[in-house]
Amino acid sequence: MTKEMQTANVIRQECIADGIYSMWIATSIANTAVPGQFISVYINDASKLLPRPISICETGEDRLRIVYRIAGEGTRQLASYHSGDPVTILGPLGNGFPLSDEDAILIGGGIGIPPMLSLAKALTGKKEIVLGYRSELFLQDELASCGNVSVATEDGSSGTSGTVMDVLQTGTVSGKVIYACGPLPMLRAVKQYALDHNIPAWISMEERMACGIGACLGCVCASTEQDPHSLVFNKRVCKDGPVFNAKEVDLT
Amino acid sequence: MNTNVTIAGVTFQNPVMTASGTFASGLEYSEFVDLNRLGAVVTKGVASVPWPGNPTPRVAETYGGMLNAIGLQNPGVDVFLERDLPYLKQFDTRVIVNVCGHSLEEYLDVVNKLADADVDMLEINVSCPNVREGGIAFGQDPKALFTVTEAVKKAAAQPVIMKLSPNVTDIKEMARAAEEAGADAISLINTFTAMKIDIDKRRFVLANKTGGLSGPAIKPIAVRMVYEAAHAVKIPVIGMGGIATAEDAIEFIMAGATAVAVGAMNFHDPAVTIKVAEGIEAFMQSRNIPDLDSIRGCV
Ligand SMILES: Cc1cc2nc3c(=O)[nH]c(=O)nc-3n(C[C@H](O)[C@H](O)[C@H](O)COP(=O)(O)OP(=O)(O)OC[C@H]3O[C@@H](n4cnc5c(N)ncnc54)[C@H](O)[C@@H]3O)c2cc1C
Ligand SMILES: Cc1cc2nc3c(=O)[nH]c(=O)nc-3n(C[C@H](O)[C@H](O)[C@H](O)COP(=O)(O)O)c2cc1C
Ligand code: FES
Repeated sequence: MTKEMQTANVIRQECIADGIYSMWIATSIANTAVPGQFISVYINDASKLLPRPISICETGEDRLRIVYRIAGEGTRQLASYHSGDPVTILGPLGNGFPLSDEDAILIGGGIGIPPMLSLAKALTGKKEIVLGYRSELFLQDELASCGNVSVATEDGSSGTSGTVMDVLQTGTVSGKVIYACGPLPMLRAVKQYALDHNIPAWISMEERMACGIGACLGCVCASTEQDPHSLVFNKRVCKDGPVFNAKEVDLT
Repeated sequence: MNTNVTIAGVTFQNPVMTASGTFASGLEYSEFVDLNRLGAVVTKGVASVPWPGNPTPRVAETYGGMLNAIGLQNPGVDVFLERDLPYLKQFDTRVIVNVCGHSLEEYLDVVNKLADADVDMLEINVSCPNVREGGIAFGQDPKALFTVTEAVKKAAAQPVIMKLSPNVTDIKEMARAAEEAGADAISLINTFTAMKIDIDKRRFVLANKTGGLSGPAIKPIAVRMVYEAAHAVKIPVIGMGGIATAEDAIEFIMAGATAVAVGAMNFHDPAVTIKVAEGIEAFMQSRNIPDLDSIRGCV
């Protein structure tokens, strides 16, 4: 018995883009968390049984930050919290990104951008950071202080018109290892890009979760090889992931 | 004050068990819960060979509950015996192995392989509504239930709990079929077959289309079914379905359950099982209840 769910307090919360919120929480979870891990956020409403998995965006001493999009009722309620309000959380959960000191390409798509901030702060090598948005930008200034940022927007309002892949195709970005978090089609394209360029890629996956700790087998993703825990071709995103070597997972 | 309960000669230090499939084989939850303080750990369904389970999404939240269509993913009985059971045996708690199969032969294969294992009881899942062949025929037809119960009882080295499906017209008939075929106990309820639709995407939320509903949303129906089953048979009943608190557990005991199991609420609070066990003790203490026999089936 070493872990427990905790009632932490909101330090502050702000809306940083349309429907996107940034919340700092006072918690000791921050002191052991590594980039790429997530927390389970429990909604203060018994009709909402399941925890919401949210990536750790950034940590400080005894505090961590999450950046999230209002996607439904749970995140809507979270967005209403103010300084001092209690928030029930569990973590840190999942494995996190393996850190390398080589030149890295960090790729974040939409609400997959937040975990890239703590990663960018932890990586010591040269960093090319490629960010994809629908339209409105967020976190790009903070990421720009960690490396060279390129932006793509679907509506062409900033940077390259299109997706992160359109930035990569221009050939202006290079590195020896890729880290990526974003929607599945993006991860699929990143995996292909990594295979074509023969560089390792670490991708952070998303799946519907129930327990968040590896017990219910709700959150699996297909693996290319038989998993030693399950003895079948799948892995638990919450426990064995959310970060996987792109070669380990079958994204088809 | 005494929280012990006894089922088929096996004594449990308290009536709180984990509901199969919500607690794996205890390893993950042992970080949150002292397994030594649970009445029993009931394992995830174990099959004769590894089962890959269903495609995702496998889970969905619903009001006060959840749907699951895990599809009984499990690594198979051989790995269970090599890896999971030795882990569980380190703790001072009872071990009940939940068994699943696509056919009578598969159930018997697992039961036979468990015969020499240090396991306290077997729970036979004839009711999982997720897998097309996952035992649904056995759990919904009293004759098939009788057949599988009788065959399993003949093969089993440990006492046998038959886990009933709530997706039937008359739960009393199913409880009696299990009892007549020689079951040592029955447990109920498994999940209700249910469905959720994403109205924006105009699609089923679960890849499997249907999934099993569990959690507090089903509790009142579960209490009614446990009451009916407990009054239809003489063998002990293990009650479950939406238990979140000690008060919920006591409702089941007053309806006639000997023990209770906590399932989906583990996902809402990983330490809920211990809170339920401690709460039952506090309830007994505050009302001078000497043992659970004195309130069982009291309504
Ligand atoms: C490992 C991981 C990290 C994540 N990190 C972030 C993050 O940093 N920022 C962010 O905005 N979002 C993140 N998400 C997505 C986030 O979990 C969902 O947006 C959130 O759960 C939606 O909850 P809701 O109550 O608002 O929506 P509802 O649709 O009302 O939720 C209903 C149920 O579906 C689940 N659910 C809904 N959407 C998702 C989804 N996309 N992924 C997983 N479960 C979902 C909920 O958890 C809940 O159980 C992450 C998801 C995963 C798996
Ligand atoms: C994710 C999940 C997996 C389950 N897996 C099994 C299983 O393998 N075997 C089984 O007999 N019941 C299984 N069940 C059913 C539970 O053991 C229990 O009967 C049911 O969920 C009702 O209890 P609850 O409302 O407390 O969850 C599962 C339930 C859930 C939520
Ligand atoms: S959410 Fe339960 S195993 Fe991942």
